[in-house]
Amino acid sequence: MSVLVLAEHDNASLKDATLNAVTAALAIDSDVHVLVAGHNCGDAAAAAQAVDGVSKVLVSDAEQYAHPLAEAITPLLLSLEANYSAFVAPATTTGKNVMPRLAALLDVAQVSDIISVESPDTFKRPIYAGNAIQTVQSSDAKKVITVRTTGFAPAGSGGSAELVNVDAQAGSDNSSFVSAELSKSDRPELTSAKIIVSGGRGMGSGENFALIEAVADKLGAGVGASRAAVDAGFVPNDYQVGQTGKIVAPDLYIAVGISGAIQHLAGMKDSKIIVAINKDEDAPIFQIADYGLVADLFDVLPELDKAL
Amino acid sequence: MKIIVPVKRVIDFNVKARVKADGSGVELQNVKMSMNPFDEIAVEEAIRLKEAGGVDEIIIVSIGPNQAQETIRTALAMGGDRGILVETGETVEPISVAKIIKAIVEEEKPELVILGKQAIDDDCNQTGQMLAALLNWPQGTFASEVKVADGSVNVTREIDGGLETVKLTLPAVVTTDLRLNEPRYASLPNIMKAKRKEIITKSTDDYGVDITPRLTQLKVEEPAKRTAGVKVENVAELLEKLKGEGVLS
Repeated sequence: MSVLVLAEHDNASLKDATLNAVTAALAIDSDVHVLVAGHNCGDAAAAAQAVDGVSKVLVSDAEQYAHPLAEAITPLLLSLEANYSAFVAPATTTGKNVMPRLAALLDVAQVSDIISVESPDTFKRPIYAGNAIQTVQSSDAKKVITVRTTGFAPAGSGGSAELVNVDAQAGSDNSSFVSAELSKSDRPELTSAKIIVSGGRGMGSGENFALIEAVADKLGAGVGASRAAVDAGFVPNDYQVGQTGKIVAPDLYIAVGISGAIQHLAGMKDSKIIVAINKDEDAPIFQIADYGLVADLFDVLPELDKAL
Repeated sequence: MKIIVPVKRVIDFNVKARVKADGSGVELQNVKMSMNPFDEIAVEEAIRLKEAGGVDEIIIVSIGPNQAQETIRTALAMGGDRGILVETGETVEPISVAKIIKAIVEEEKPELVILGKQAIDDDCNQTGQMLAALLNWPQGTFASEVKVADGSVNVTREIDGGLETVKLTLPAVVTTDLRLNEPRYASLPNIMKAKRKEIITKSTDDYGVDITPRLTQLKVEEPAKRTAGVKVENVAELLEKLKGEGVLS
């Protein structure tokens, strides 16, 4: 039976995380469909049709799907249940919010945050902040899975999937969208950036993040932060890289003024090259960095900015 | 109204988990155990709502070994009113935990269940959402702000692009994110008082929940190790190395 991938999108475009989830789904079964639930989401659906390896795109375009509320989307997924042996979503905040709700109603154990598909019922996933990798086999007839996007290459383009409209389902009226404050940035998104420059508590203030941003902009990089920097109010929550923030694996990760708590390392240690800049030579970040520079970041960042 | 806060006893967040040599799991013998940090935030939020008025009782629930009593006791010392321990030596998967809490909710009839968004041992991030589904309640996950007013709760959620606020009709499930609050330390007098607070012990059978795992753990292994690389002297040397790696042009 087929696998259904819940698309991550903003109605106008398909988010890259969907592409990683499609790759994971293809490792489970060759027949992969994508569900785009949204409002005025034709462009996102068209983008999903072009994803390589997808045979069918299901679209449910209705006002109640304008924002991806779990209470609204779960009944839609359930209405499609009979046709699928597995439901897959990227482990984004939307995927994490919706999929366990579906799993509970199907009475199955969800497999969260998989990093590899060993066989259609066996998966690897990190536990204990990535300090251990667990291999689990699911005995449930239907699988509900979220995918850690850094574990799978993005699916390519060039597909031409069939488009099918599916009926919206009545949701409950006990939850509603009130407002959103979304960060506006021209920089690449952390989860798909090739280079990330992150700042920690050592930055000292939100204003000082301008030093990081200047370097990031020269490199075409995304800007991240440690929990300490977010908690201190230097930058918004969506900058956070770590066990419970964003999991990233860019080609180059530059950690500036970050000491390297287990929880931060959990979010970035799969990066290809890690650079640490910290004036404390005993900072744990140096134990995993490919290149370490023991120096004051307030000297190094302007120098980097000038040299690039 | 009543609030239920489920808490989990897990490896302390400062301890680096070590994989057992035989690949059967993670070493938990002689390792410091504590309340899951997200659950501490949940306990704190319940107490703050009680302090603001309108909350009569906070019930702390834990499902786990006998020692999970200590975890409940910690929550009672912070300000919880009474505890329920569902004692089991088995690993209970989130789907079964959600079913047990659902049974407790049906007995106790709270208006709000506040849970940590994920446990830092299995990193599942499922129980709150599953509980909301089984109860057919609305859910406000990854909360950074909770405002209760007039039969509803506004929950500001930390999402990938920033923040989102949803309005939920009570009863509802809320799961906590890191920045919801900063949990208090229990004072010595409150620790003493907590010793006299009631904790009743139940079994999973009392709630008629089959906790047989659906997932079989085949093995647990260490992740690929990263080793320390080299120290560079200055920015020029750093850029030269990065160009050599091909990550900078």
